Amino acid sequence: MGEILSNLYLGFGVALTFQNAMYCFIGVLLGTLIGVLPGIGPVATISMLLPATFVLPPISALIMLAGIYYGASYGGSTTAILVNLPGEVSSVVTCIDGYQMARQGHAGKALGVAALGSFFAGTVATMLIAAFAPPLAEFALKFGPADYFSLMILGLIAAVVLAHGSLIKAIAMIVLGLLIGLIGTDVNSGVARYSFGLPELIDGIGIGTIAMGTFGFSEIVRNLEQGEKREVFTKSITGLLPNWTDIKQSTWPVLRGTALGSFLGILPGGGPTLGSFSAYTLEKKMAKDPSRFGKGAIEGVAAPEAANNAAAQTSFIPLLTLGIPSNPVMALMIGAMIIHGIQPGPQIMTAKPDLFWGMIASMWVGNLMLVILNLPLIGMWVKLLTLEYRFLYPAILLFCCIGVYSISNATMDVYLAALFGFIGYAFIKLECEPAPLLLGFVLGPMMEENLRRALLLSRGDPMVFFTRPISLTLLIITAILIVIVVSPAISKKRAEAFQEEAV
Amino acid sequence: MKVGHPKDFWSGIMFIVIGVLFAVVAKGIKFGDSVLVAGYAMGTPARMGPAFFPFWLGLILILFGVIIAVNGYRTKGGPDSAFPHFHWRAIAYVLGSVIIFGLILKPVGMLLAGIVLVIVSSIGNPEKSPMKTTVILAVGLVVFCALVFVWGLKLPIPLCPDVEAIQSSIGFCRG
Repeated sequence: MGEILSNLYLGFGVALTFQNAMYCFIGVLLGTLIGVLPGIGPVATISMLLPATFVLPPISALIMLAGIYYGASYGGSTTAILVNLPGEVSSVVTCIDGYQMARQGHAGKALGVAALGSFFAGTVATMLIAAFAPPLAEFALKFGPADYFSLMILGLIAAVVLAHGSLIKAIAMIVLGLLIGLIGTDVNSGVARYSFGLPELIDGIGIGTIAMGTFGFSEIVRNLEQGEKREVFTKSITGLLPNWTDIKQSTWPVLRGTALGSFLGILPGGGPTLGSFSAYTLEKKMAKDPSRFGKGAIEGVAAPEAANNAAAQTSFIPLLTLGIPSNPVMALMIGAMIIHGIQPGPQIMTAKPDLFWGMIASMWVGNLMLVILNLPLIGMWVKLLTLEYRFLYPAILLFCCIGVYSISNATMDVYLAALFGFIGYAFIKLECEPAPLLLGFVLGPMMEENLRRALLLSRGDPMVFFTRPISLTLLIITAILIVIVVSPAISKKRAEAFQEEAV
Repeated sequence: MKVGHPKDFWSGIMFIVIGVLFAVVAKGIKFGDSVLVAGYAMGTPARMGPAFFPFWLGLILILFGVIIAVNGYRTKGGPDSAFPHFHWRAIAYVLGSVIIFGLILKPVGMLLAGIVLVIVSSIGNPEKSPMKTTVILAVGLVVFCALVFVWGLKLPIPLCPDVEAIQSSIGFCRG
């Protein structure tokens, strides 16, 4: 315990320097902004701002990018409650009861419960990271190349097992991502693979380029074809602070949401979306009168909001301790670390304790800023909601183009992003989720490197993956996961957990 | 017999095609002495060459593609399973404006390229807005971007037209 406190002390020392606190503030402010605005998500925003962080010291850059992420999961709820449109996917379920509360004139209460519940969840999740990350990182230091390879397989499979949609398509998307990740110079032989004579491809394709194409551009095309229908409750938002009955009603849901969200966030593929969906389903099951749900039940706002914020934060645990991304945003964070010369993995904690603990402490600071930012500034966010998409999307497009170009001052990246925009659009149309592709893309080179080292050490014997206990355990867990998901009973449950989305 | 689930079937075909591409480029194609595609060195498992990992991943992708395509052919899907309709108009204007931006950014600078991007992409919106509003929006956005990205964050983006480059690319100006 004393060690945790001294580590947190070190972390707060880093997070509370004027510069870092300022970038944390900019991060959560931008995050809330894009969270509030439907049609642009954290993936596109973080990749857009990646080049802008080149000039910053690594710790400030990562603090800001992290702030964007949890700020977005926070801001998304405002849109969900007031417009019945999820600002982010993670706030889809908040729409159901939050919007009903707004229609009954309780918009302020819903927003207040969401903000305070999220803050509580964020605080708990920060403590959890501080407690669990060090032992996990220490354990991960024992991993050899074979163990790492198996861990990546487990991470990738687990990521798609928990996501919705067709499992086999998602695995195919991972493999495709791994392949795209291999484009560029092979570090061992110096051969420029799949560059087709284009000098711009020798260094490979940037993660920002792919992310902006598949998540930014394709999203704009999809929004344009769908058109927009909005009804904003902007008139009277009063009584943000919940009264005693509200607090009593939402205490348990917030606690349960925090617990569930924290747990699901740690799992690869978990993250805020799964957290909020599961928390909503759980509350509905626990409720004495489930028919209240969908008609403005305060539990239906409190639990998922706590869960998505807790999960947004605990999903940093696999990133910081193992160097394995659990969702596309974490994949981008790995990209950002590599750009800033930090090798992601368990050694970060010992090699760069200021960065590690500074980032963790900054999350709590950021959460505090979010409460301060959101409750009084709600009026400003509401004004933003009246901004029409026809003005918004050209702006997003321009920011994305400038962002893509600035990654390496190459117009080739702009064309590639346009290409990936089309590819991403086609994938979504064919119901192939692009998120697993991004995870595979980041892990491709790391997986090849670990496979190569593992087989070099074993003189080409593939049995090494089954004789090392850690590796074998990880592979068995992977196999069990696949069996469980393929079994009919669970696949029905899995469909059930995501059924709210179809509503 | 008709394809039961066209969406899945064509996804599978897409994975097969991509898998074949990656595997073939890695391994290379040789007919006797003539080399069609050079390929990369395969190596042995103990000393993997650059072709090893992508070649096997390509094969795995083909395998998944076949499973998805066969399943898609056999299973009967609902009304959602039809091959999707692509909105080419939105695609053309949004992605087209991005490509134009890339083409003209270096010669004419971000201020002009940005204005073109905003105007062209706005035409792609089914809900029309008046040209005057779009132009005001465009000018406002490029000024904002110039202030934030170029002057504020010091990103090396050309702002103004590169007159010499334009002149040398058009023979007319040289007489």
